Amino acid sequence: MIRVVNLHKSFGNQKVLKGVNLEFVSGKITTIVGTSGCGKTVLLKHLNALLLPDAGEVFVDNMDITKLRQKELYEMRGRFGVLFQGAALLDSMSIFDNVAFPLREKTKTSEADIRKKVDNRLEQVGLEGMGYKFPAELSGGMRKRAGLARALATDPEIVLFDEPTTGLDPILASSIHQLIARTQRTFGFTGVVVSHTIPQVFDISDYVAILANGVIEEVKPAKEFQQSQNPVVQQFIRGETEGPIQVL
Amino acid sequence: MLFLIRQIGGFTLRQLLEMGRMFLFLLSAFALAFRPPAKLRLIVYHLKTVGVDSLSVVILSGFFTGMVMGFQGYYSLRKFNAESWLGSAAALGLIRELGPVLSAFMVTGRTGSAMAAELGTMRATEQIDALYSMAINPIKYLVSPRIIASLIAMPLLTAIFDVVGIYGAYLIGVGLLGVSSGSYIAGMESAVIFHDIYSGFLKSLSFGLIITWVCCYKGFHAPPMATGVSQATTESVVLSFVLVLVWDYFLTSIML
Repeated sequence: MIRVVNLHKSFGNQKVLKGVNLEFVSGKITTIVGTSGCGKTVLLKHLNALLLPDAGEVFVDNMDITKLRQKELYEMRGRFGVLFQGAALLDSMSIFDNVAFPLREKTKTSEADIRKKVDNRLEQVGLEGMGYKFPAELSGGMRKRAGLARALATDPEIVLFDEPTTGLDPILASSIHQLIARTQRTFGFTGVVVSHTIPQVFDISDYVAILANGVIEEVKPAKEFQQSQNPVVQQFIRGETEGPIQVL
Repeated sequence: MLFLIRQIGGFTLRQLLEMGRMFLFLLSAFALAFRPPAKLRLIVYHLKTVGVDSLSVVILSGFFTGMVMGFQGYYSLRKFNAESWLGSAAALGLIRELGPVLSAFMVTGRTGSAMAAELGTMRATEQIDALYSMAINPIKYLVSPRIIASLIAMPLLTAIFDVVGIYGAYLIGVGLLGVSSGSYIAGMESAVIFHDIYSGFLKSLSFGLIITWVCCYKGFHAPPMATGVSQATTESVVLSFVLVLVWDYFLTSIML
């Protein structure tokens, strides 16, 4: 269980998060939606302490990760897998080596087992036989798939997805969504997805939260969220410029 | 007036803060370099990028620097009828000063700028964040091996620069301007002592550290955008040049 309590974060004079409170249910996918630049990625990066808050706490299994020592912090991060917006594959390595990287660096797995596991992960994301390619040789969708394979390589308990379908065409976006849902069912991890691809993202989410004006305005099971009468939710779903969400 | 004082104070504090961050960065890179597991494969890889890949430019610049020293040294020494000292003048100039400084400049231009650009791009494309998220310390993975590789490669490159430069000066002095080969070699042998070699070695070692430290720091902390990468690359090269020259002055004044 991840719990965010009264989280505040500013960059210079710009207050991005103004007291975020949110709980992520174990073994379920929670999607955080919101307008571009509202702080979704900032919130996501607090969940594995890639960013530290100005105030507030982030609890992972009742342990406040904002106060961990470096060694404990690295151990805690080992429980996470992250799919970054641009996949963030190490461009000096092949796709195979990228997926094998966390296994080689953080585990004592034998090279034969690593090969077996990497091949398995690449197959699960539809990239079998592509391991020899380098990130620059792949399309955006393939890079995301490779990023997902790497995120799942160490069998993480929690996987964070930072805008996994941004910049992809609707068909590819849909296939990535299905991939996330399928892998979640297979591995049973707790998923946190940051996205503004609505309504498609509702199909894979168990819960949806909306971040607006620096706070979580609403959290509901996905189906109920779409029916919500909250004006913030309605404005976001309808894409209206007038309403409670402050647009530039 | 108060505004001016506040601006100067603010600027000074920011610079001090930046210097403090740079020193902490260096300390953690050093501390992590000696923490197992050793990244031998990465050290060897960076020995290639810092050492082998810089070899051609170091040899070329060393050769031409030596030839220029041959001409200039001959011109100056002839005024005192001391052309026979060309060997010692060229060797001392190259071993004590020009070898370490110019090879440091070449490595900064060839490899230091590439380090800053590569790490800056890794920052912009979230690859450094990805390392953190995989519970891998990016300073240990990206910076420490580069520092160790530079500490090994820089003295070797400088030694090659010195040898090629001395040969270049020999070609001009002996081959073109008629200085006796025996006096060139004998002058060099009698003038160059171990302290000169040691001084040059120490300089090249410290320059290697400065270049890698500055370039890695600037790249690692580059603003995550295209202009941020270019800015970090420019700053890393300029700051490396300046620090190399300033540190060279201090070392020279101490070790004269």
